[in-house]
Amino acid sequence: MKRIVALLLALMMVLALVACGAQEEVVEEVVTEAVTEDVPYVAMVSLGYSHQFWQAVKQGAEEAAAEYGVTITFEGPEQETMVDEQVDMLNTAIQNGPEAICMAAIDVASVATILEEQKAAGIPLVGFDAGLGEDLPAVNVASNNAEAGKLAAVNAAELLGGAGKVAVLGHTETVPDGVARVDGFVDEIKANYPDIEIVDIQYAEGDHMKSAEALKGMLLADPEIDLVYCTNEGACVGAYNGMKELGVVGEVMLVGFDSSKALKDGIRSGEIAGAITQNPVAMGYMTVEAAVKLMNGEDLGTNFIDSGFAWYNADNMDDPAIAPCLYD
Amino acid sequence: MNTLKDKKPGIFARYPAVKHKAIILAALVAIWIAFRCLSPNYLSYTNIMTILLATSVNGILALGVAWTIMTAGIDISIGTVMTFSCICSGLLFTSGLPIVVAIIAGILVGALCGFCNGFMSAKLGLPPMIATLSMQMITKGLSLVFSECKPVYFSDCAWYQKLATGSFLGIKGFYNAIIILLVLAIISYFLFAKTVLGRYTLAIGSNREAARLSGINVDRWLITIYSVCGAYAGVAGLVMSSRLNSAQPALGPGYEMDAIAAAVIGGNSLSGGEGTIGGVIIGALIISSIQNGLRLMQVTTESQSAIIGVVLIIAVAFDQMSKKRKKN
Repeated sequence: MKRIVALLLALMMVLALVACGAQEEVVEEVVTEAVTEDVPYVAMVSLGYSHQFWQAVKQGAEEAAAEYGVTITFEGPEQETMVDEQVDMLNTAIQNGPEAICMAAIDVASVATILEEQKAAGIPLVGFDAGLGEDLPAVNVASNNAEAGKLAAVNAAELLGGAGKVAVLGHTETVPDGVARVDGFVDEIKANYPDIEIVDIQYAEGDHMKSAEALKGMLLADPEIDLVYCTNEGACVGAYNGMKELGVVGEVMLVGFDSSKALKDGIRSGEIAGAITQNPVAMGYMTVEAAVKLMNGEDLGTNFIDSGFAWYNADNMDDPAIAPCLYD
Repeated sequence: MNTLKDKKPGIFARYPAVKHKAIILAALVAIWIAFRCLSPNYLSYTNIMTILLATSVNGILALGVAWTIMTAGIDISIGTVMTFSCICSGLLFTSGLPIVVAIIAGILVGALCGFCNGFMSAKLGLPPMIATLSMQMITKGLSLVFSECKPVYFSDCAWYQKLATGSFLGIKGFYNAIIILLVLAIISYFLFAKTVLGRYTLAIGSNREAARLSGINVDRWLITIYSVCGAYAGVAGLVMSSRLNSAQPALGPGYEMDAIAAAVIGGNSLSGGEGTIGGVIIGALIISSIQNGLRLMQVTTESQSAIIGVVLIIAVAFDQMSKKRKKN
């Protein structure tokens, strides 16, 4: 027994030595690379990772990184509620000594102190998408979600001819930009379309299957609903599947948000009336671009950069202005 | 059930599982009547089918996990194994394999994950919670890695979505997913009541050492049981991806908890050795009936979850109390 323990201890020590050696080498490598080639490093911490939207942001960020000659890392928690994991990611990224930090914070308060320290040390901060709020000294690159919700409402009202029953299927009641998509829509309808009634607002986490169930519940509770507005890709495609299962495609109009292959197919066939798309590729690109400019000491002259949004449907989805904003 | 109660007063005492089934069946009927009073559409044909369809994925997962619970084990990896198996199936399909081969391969991937769970818990001595926790993490990660964080679409197969949402009986609204659930329930019942697998499962669950001493090859049977559970997760993956016409890599975490809740409400004791197949199906129906009813009444998602939590407490507390009374 003792011999085994001794052996194990020895093995661990050897491993630790090897690991230390390896680590030193890596550090050296990074340092020499940074010194000789002088490649600035931009850390990006995103709100999510696996969703197509974030992959599109990442793609745009990588394009900008290649163009401006910087290296980036792009990380995000698996679920868009994991505040603690996001804080860990930020802390780890800071250990690597970034020259700019770009972040889409789940909860700005959770990272405010850390980021203020970085800012004080001369590291520029750029918020993207959900951004870094107005209190931190940061430039935010985002699409205005409340305005986007309004645009959805205007188009929904046009589809309805100004009168009818509408239900809303949201994806989050906690993340501010998701809430803004619902509020922008609801406020616009209430303010300007007295004959349109919003009968129900449900949330289904943007989960495709739960969204399908939620849509079916809403339609069974009130079969007179004319149009359903969904606030992200999961909600919209889930609702679309739910309508197929109920056999009411074509009877109930669907207005969505974001983009994916399934969503685009639905819109092309006319079974989804239309959707709002943000421009995630441009968002990623503009974020890195802003970071590089700030690193070089340029003044951007603003602290909000609109990365844009647009309404698309079967008629305009191939327009040169719209097509690049759509992604799989 | 009533006639039995009148003529043979001893039956509930002799068969506690029958008693439990009678109670939860009564609870299910009470839930239906209550919601029928609150919402007139609740017991419409369309809504009943909606409830049954919503039960399909969770019901199949619950049937799978019930096997492991009856051995005094647990499988918390079924949700992510479900996702992993349909991701694999989808990738094989998009790489050019015939759809039937891809479907079978997907179910086998599920069974293989189950096999690994069984092997880890029986041969390596890992507690089932830990073995399946690691499998949960592995499959969650691999789903994202293999799919490169993008959904895998089955759109190239025209009838794939019809697998779950069509009706091969030709009855509108009587979805195949419901039939798949029924068939699996019948197979489970047969395996459980008529084969050694069922008897050994309960024997291992009530007293593993006694089972071993009486000549049962406990390790081999545990591996078999976990593989069966994994295969069920594979079938659940088939049903889910067919409903969505795509395999969504980020779905899955959280689904295991609904399945475990269904099995527990259905009378499976987490300490093993008891449970019934019928109970599991009723348990799954109770969850989706409540969820659906609350949705029809336009109760928010957060409250739905809280209410189902309370139901779980009531079900288990009731079960415990009746057991205590029996002992006294």
